[in-house]
Amino acid sequence: MLLVIKKLGSLVLCAFGLLASSVAMADYQLNMTPGVTQVSRDVYWLHSLVLVFCVVIALGVFGAMIYSLIYHRKSKGAVAAQFHENTAVEIAWTVIPFIALIGLAIPATKTLIELEDSSDPDMSIKVTGYQWKWQYEYLDEGISFFSNLSETSRAAAALGQDPTGVENYLLDVDNPIVVPINKKVRFLVTANDVIHSWWVPALGWKQDAIPGFINTAWTKIDEPGTYRGQCAELCGKDHGYMPVVLIAKTEEDYAAWVAEQQAAAAAEASGATKTWALADLMAKGERVYATNCAACHQPNGQGIPPAFPSLVTSPLLGQPVAEHINVVVNGRPGTAMQAFGAQLSDVDLAAVVTYERNAWGIDSGEIVQPAEAKAAR
Amino acid sequence: MTSVAATTDDHNTHHGPAKGLMRWVVTTNHKDIGSLYLWLAFIMFLAGGAMAMVIRAELFQPGLQFVRPEFFNQMTTLHGLVMVFGAVMPAWTGFANWLLPMMIGAPDMALPMMNNWSFWLLPFAFIMLVSTLFMEGGAPNFGWTFYAPLSTTYGPDSTDFFIFAIHLMGISSIMGAINVIVTILNMRAPGMTLLKMPLFVWTWLITAFLLIAVMPVLAGAVTMMLTDRNFGTSFFDAAGGGDPVMFQHVFWFFGHPEVYIMILPAFGVISQIVPTFARKPLFGYTSMVYAVGAIAFLSFAVWAHHMFTTGMPLAGELYFMYATVLIAVPTGVKIFNWAATMWKGSMTFETPMLFALAFIFLFTIGGFSGLMLGVGPADMQYHDTYFVVAHFHYVLVTGAVFALIAATYYWLPKFTGNMYSEKWGRIHFWLSTIAVNVLFFPQHFLGLAGMPRRIPDYALQFADFNMISSLGAFVFGASQLIFLCLVIHTIRGGSGKATDQVWEAAEGLEWTLPSPPPYHSFSTAPEVK
Repeated sequence: MLLVIKKLGSLVLCAFGLLASSVAMADYQLNMTPGVTQVSRDVYWLHSLVLVFCVVIALGVFGAMIYSLIYHRKSKGAVAAQFHENTAVEIAWTVIPFIALIGLAIPATKTLIELEDSSDPDMSIKVTGYQWKWQYEYLDEGISFFSNLSETSRAAAALGQDPTGVENYLLDVDNPIVVPINKKVRFLVTANDVIHSWWVPALGWKQDAIPGFINTAWTKIDEPGTYRGQCAELCGKDHGYMPVVLIAKTEEDYAAWVAEQQAAAAAEASGATKTWALADLMAKGERVYATNCAACHQPNGQGIPPAFPSLVTSPLLGQPVAEHINVVVNGRPGTAMQAFGAQLSDVDLAAVVTYERNAWGIDSGEIVQPAEAKAAR
Repeated sequence: MTSVAATTDDHNTHHGPAKGLMRWVVTTNHKDIGSLYLWLAFIMFLAGGAMAMVIRAELFQPGLQFVRPEFFNQMTTLHGLVMVFGAVMPAWTGFANWLLPMMIGAPDMALPMMNNWSFWLLPFAFIMLVSTLFMEGGAPNFGWTFYAPLSTTYGPDSTDFFIFAIHLMGISSIMGAINVIVTILNMRAPGMTLLKMPLFVWTWLITAFLLIAVMPVLAGAVTMMLTDRNFGTSFFDAAGGGDPVMFQHVFWFFGHPEVYIMILPAFGVISQIVPTFARKPLFGYTSMVYAVGAIAFLSFAVWAHHMFTTGMPLAGELYFMYATVLIAVPTGVKIFNWAATMWKGSMTFETPMLFALAFIFLFTIGGFSGLMLGVGPADMQYHDTYFVVAHFHYVLVTGAVFALIAATYYWLPKFTGNMYSEKWGRIHFWLSTIAVNVLFFPQHFLGLAGMPRRIPDYALQFADFNMISSLGAFVFGASQLIFLCLVIHTIRGGSGKATDQVWEAAEGLEWTLPSPPPYHSFSTAPEVK
């Protein structure tokens, strides 16, 4: 057994060596962020209050126990007293904590009421959780897009890769949600499949996204900046890979961003009417596949059977293109295969089906045009 | 309510246990069944611990080094299920079997046949649960809380085996609880009134009522899952008119009392050990009993504090916040009573006392973080982060598990007739206590800094504390092998014979029996003055 301990000792020493060398790449954040909204600062203040409350009690109770551990020990000749009750003391240490808790409950109640009051917003954004991405719909501006883990993070997150040096590893997305500062933004939070939880620590709260429910939450951010968070509710295989990135912009910058988004949506719509060449569809299809399909069906199309079937050996390949489009548009109910019809444009659908029928050496030569995808809806 | 049954067993002096393996299969003896429970619990503790090692090895560095996310989720799920249902709960039932008859002056448990059955359901339940790891599609991967619809519509095929395993564990727990209640209420020695019972007996009596109240609720939840998955119902499926949030209400109506099921017997054990080594009677016996009763009662009325972020109405959130922080009052009473028991005592620090002291300090830290989590607005930040992981491991590992280890050191000399090695006990204590804090304390920081729980990989700023935590985990895991060796060594002779009294100042009927005690504990009921 001694040998085991010696070996453990050397393991610990060598691991501490590793630790020292890794200090440069990380920081030792100890406490909650105060955040960038009034609510988040109130939550932070409440957290600090209850922490101090606990530390003060701990000092008293632990102090008394440590005192008796030192002075009331047999080896110091202590003789045990025989008292075993004291009504006054017992009432005191029941009533005093009770009163202290009331003191704690008052500010907590105020903050909770403030946090839950999402009335009279300046604007509303619907947030929908999907396995494993977020959809943001700006209800008044007509903007809608999906937010996926960035491709650099996705690549570095594969088994056996080293993510050291990847900027904002696992906290970076392709399309961040953008909001204006100093406006009361209301979030309508829901989910498409399983329960997710939308969380940006700098806002001071998280809100569960639950299928069949629309939960509300709100924020009013003080300063422009990029704020990062993650899905907080276990939602399946890639729960750790669906970050939230929120960019707060000044009102002018935000207006410019909205105009840019609306112009891009118009350009996308115009692509739906033209006829595409195979190479263009393949190039676009590869990106659509990487963003929407690769998490389950894997970049090489092999999937992770049986939950996530291989596309390379799929019986769909032997069937007409229309059936393939149908599965992508409507999903397979009761499985993890979602209905992508609501998530992808006609061009995206055409491109990804074309890609799946021509990539990985399948080379069927079949081309799907956006018009066919549109017809399948 | 004293018993006559306890005094009629006079033909037993000549028959001992059956020979060979069949002894353990057919046994109706409370000590044999207690040993079976304890060994099962220890095996499951090591199995669940091995899964924790996989988890901590993967989290040692950022990036994926050893396992894929889908397997990582299976590990976190099974680790939780195995530790809760396989290690802590059966271990307490094992101690209940061993100790209750000896503490109340009875020959055996009241319902010995049912006792045998309630144990023998468990190995099959756990074989079924762990076998899901080898099934196509893998083991359950939705966390030990198995929230719908991740566990229903999206669960792997093996989920149905998990459901059946939970049913078996529930039946076993209910039978065990009935046995405890019937034994305590009917088989106490003459003169042992309810308020003369040792606190371990009291806490187990209340625990047994909690078990009977909530295990059927769990059974109901998994049965609804079963029909949702296989028979077209939509209890938890919003698309069919069901309600995924209702699953969480039902689960936590079971789940919150469940955490007290794991910790109340620990309160009992600590209340036995501290007076022995402080050489001073327990301070505030009556208030201890009332505090346990109050905690048990409140445990039914606070469940939705696990659900502050689900979008409950404000009034609901306020109520559950108030009720939750109220639990701090009776819990505080218990801590204060233990501190007052030590005050002006004459303390010595044998291994059981060391673990009991570590329990009081570290469980209190878990209690503090519990109070913090109970404050609704702050929970909006803490919820589902490593802060929660740190909290419940402080109350369950340095709480329930440390109390189990303390109980083992305290009563093992009585069970076996042999003393354990004090030197190795101390080594085990110091390694475990230092390592467990290195393991779990930094997780508070990780949670506050924003690391969600149940993720296989993390952003780079969380790297350092994760590495420290993993190092603590490896040392803590390895130290439990010392414990295993030490227990086996003690059974095989240890470091000498134990006296009947074992500890200088120990009080209670179990210490009046020889070490080891006879096969049928009290064949003549002792008189309690």
